[in-house]
Amino acid sequence: MGIQVQNISKSYHDIAAVKSITFEVKEGELFGLIGPDGAGKTTLFRILTTLLLANEGTATVAGFDVVKEYKSIRNVVGYMPGKFSLYQDLTVEENLNFFATIFGTTVEENYDIIKEIYVQIEPFKNRRAGKLSGGMKQKLALCCALIHKPKVLFLDEPTTGVDPVSRKEFWEMLKRLQQKGITILVSTPYMDEAALCDRIALIQKGSILKIDTPENIIKKYDKIIYDVQSNNTYQLIQDLKNYPSQYSVFAFGEYIHYIDKKSVFNPLELENYLKKNGHQDVVLKISKTTIEDVFMDLTKLNQ
Amino acid sequence: MSQEKIISVKNLSKKFGAFTAVNNISFEVYKGEIFGFLGANGAGKTTAMKMLIGISNPTSGEAKVAGFDVKTQSEMVKKSIGYMSQKFSMYDDLTIKENITFFGGIYGLSKIRIKEKTTQLIQELQLEEVADKLVGSLPLGWKQKLAFSVALLHEPKIVFLDEPTGGVDPITRRQFWEMIYAEAHKGTTVFVTTHYMDEAEYCDRVSIMVEGHIEALDTPKNLKQQYGVDSMNEVFLKLARNIE
Repeated sequence: MGIQVQNISKSYHDIAAVKSITFEVKEGELFGLIGPDGAGKTTLFRILTTLLLANEGTATVAGFDVVKEYKSIRNVVGYMPGKFSLYQDLTVEENLNFFATIFGTTVEENYDIIKEIYVQIEPFKNRRAGKLSGGMKQKLALCCALIHKPKVLFLDEPTTGVDPVSRKEFWEMLKRLQQKGITILVSTPYMDEAALCDRIALIQKGSILKIDTPENIIKKYDKIIYDVQSNNTYQLIQDLKNYPSQYSVFAFGEYIHYIDKKSVFNPLELENYLKKNGHQDVVLKISKTTIEDVFMDLTKLNQ
Repeated sequence: MSQEKIISVKNLSKKFGAFTAVNNISFEVYKGEIFGFLGANGAGKTTAMKMLIGISNPTSGEAKVAGFDVKTQSEMVKKSIGYMSQKFSMYDDLTIKENITFFGGIYGLSKIRIKEKTTQLIQELQLEEVADKLVGSLPLGWKQKLAFSVALLHEPKIVFLDEPTGGVDPITRRQFWEMIYAEAHKGTTVFVTTHYMDEAEYCDRVSIMVEGHIEALDTPKNLKQQYGVDSMNEVFLKLARNIE
C-alpha cells in the first residue's frame, strides 16, 4: 500500500527526464531517492503526486492509481516541493489554517502530528511566511504538508542549502514521523543522508543505478579504496592521476580516495612513487567505503 | 602561501535596526589561500560577504579587500574581485559565448582580450560543441564550472564563491574543487562558503560563524584537534549545538 512505480518514463520535448523507472516503497518505509540536480527526482515526485502525467508506465500511491484515481491520492498524500511554495503574504498561522481547511480538517484535530515541529515556529505565528528564515520556512512547509495526516509523505530535497545542524535535526524529525506510521519518500543530493533511510535508490540522468539498503550497497561494493594524504594536496591529486595503474582519484574530506586497477596492488610501490615525487608525511591506508564512493563509481561506469 | 594580506577585516559589524547580523568580526585572508567561510543558516555569512564584496555598507569597523576599503572604495573593490553564487551565476537565456562576452565587457576587458579569453575558456572546459547553446540548457555541474571561469575572466586577486557546489553531482563537485586548487596554486585567493563539510576539509583555513561572530578560525587539522573529533562535520555540529 506504499508506493509502486512500474516502468515510468517522462520526456520534455526530446529530453528524457525519467527513463523507465521501476521501484517500490513499502508501507511505513523511509525511502530515499539519492541523486544530483537533473537526475529526474522532481519529475518523479510530480508524477507520483498527480501533478504531471507520465508518457509511459503505471504507478500507485497508497493503493490508488496516479491517473485514474488522482483525486483520492491528493487526499492522502502530503507534498513538500523543493521550492518554497506557501503563501508568502499570509502569516504562519494563516498558512496552516488555509491548508487544514482545504483538506476539510482543522489544525486542532490533527495537532498531535505537527505539535513537535510547530512549537518551534509558534513564537512566530503572526509573522508572514515570506519573512521567515530558511529553517523556519522549511518547518512551516512540513507542518502544512502534514496537517491533514497524510498516509504518504513526499519530500523533494527538503535539506538542500540547509546547514549540517539543521539537516541533522530535520532527519530526526523524519524518523519520528515514520514511527507514527507515515510512509516517506524523500529525495536529497547529500549522499551522507542516504545512511538514514531504510532503503535507497541511487538515481542519475533519469535512471536508477541501484536499489538496496544503505548497508547492503556498501557491503556489496567489491573494490578496495585507499585513503591517501600528503603535505601537498594539489600536487597529490595530480601525481595520483598520473600513476599508471590508477582507476579513480577523488578528493574526499581530508584524504584522497584512490582505487587501483590491479587486483594485486602493492600500496608500498605507490608510497615510494609519491615519496620520489617529493611528497612528505605520506599516509596510505585502507578506507571505509561510503555511499558517495559507490555512487561515483556507478556514474563512472555509466559514462 | 605568502603572507601578503588580500582581505583584512577589523571589528566589522552590521546592524539592521535592533538586530546585529554581524557582530564585531576580525580576520585576515592571505594571497593564494583557500579560505572556508562556514556557519549555520542565519549566522550572518551572507551579510558579512555582502560587505566584503562592496555591496553593503558596514555599520562599524573596517575591511580592506584587494587593497581597497569596502566603505570608501567599494567600486574599486568590485573591479578587483570575482564573484559567483549558486543562485545566480550567468544568464540562462544567453549562449555560453554571449555570457562570456557580456561578463568580459562588464569587467572592462578589451574586445581582443574577450575574444582570446572566450577561445581559451571554451577550449579548457571542452565546451566547443555547445559554445552556441543557451547556458540554461547546460547541466548544473557544467554551468558552475563555466561560471567559475567567468568569475575569473578579469584575473582578479580574489574570488568569492557562495555555495558554488550545492546540488552538483559528486564527481563534478570534485572536478570543481580541482579547479579551485589549480587557481589557488596560481596565487588567486579563494573565499568560499559551503554546506558540504567534506569541502571544509579542502580549505587551508576555515572560519565558523555562530550568531554573528566568528566562533572558531584555524586550519581544519587544528580545529579537529582542538575539539577532539575526527571530521569537520563533528566540529561544526559541536560548535553550533553548544551555543543553543
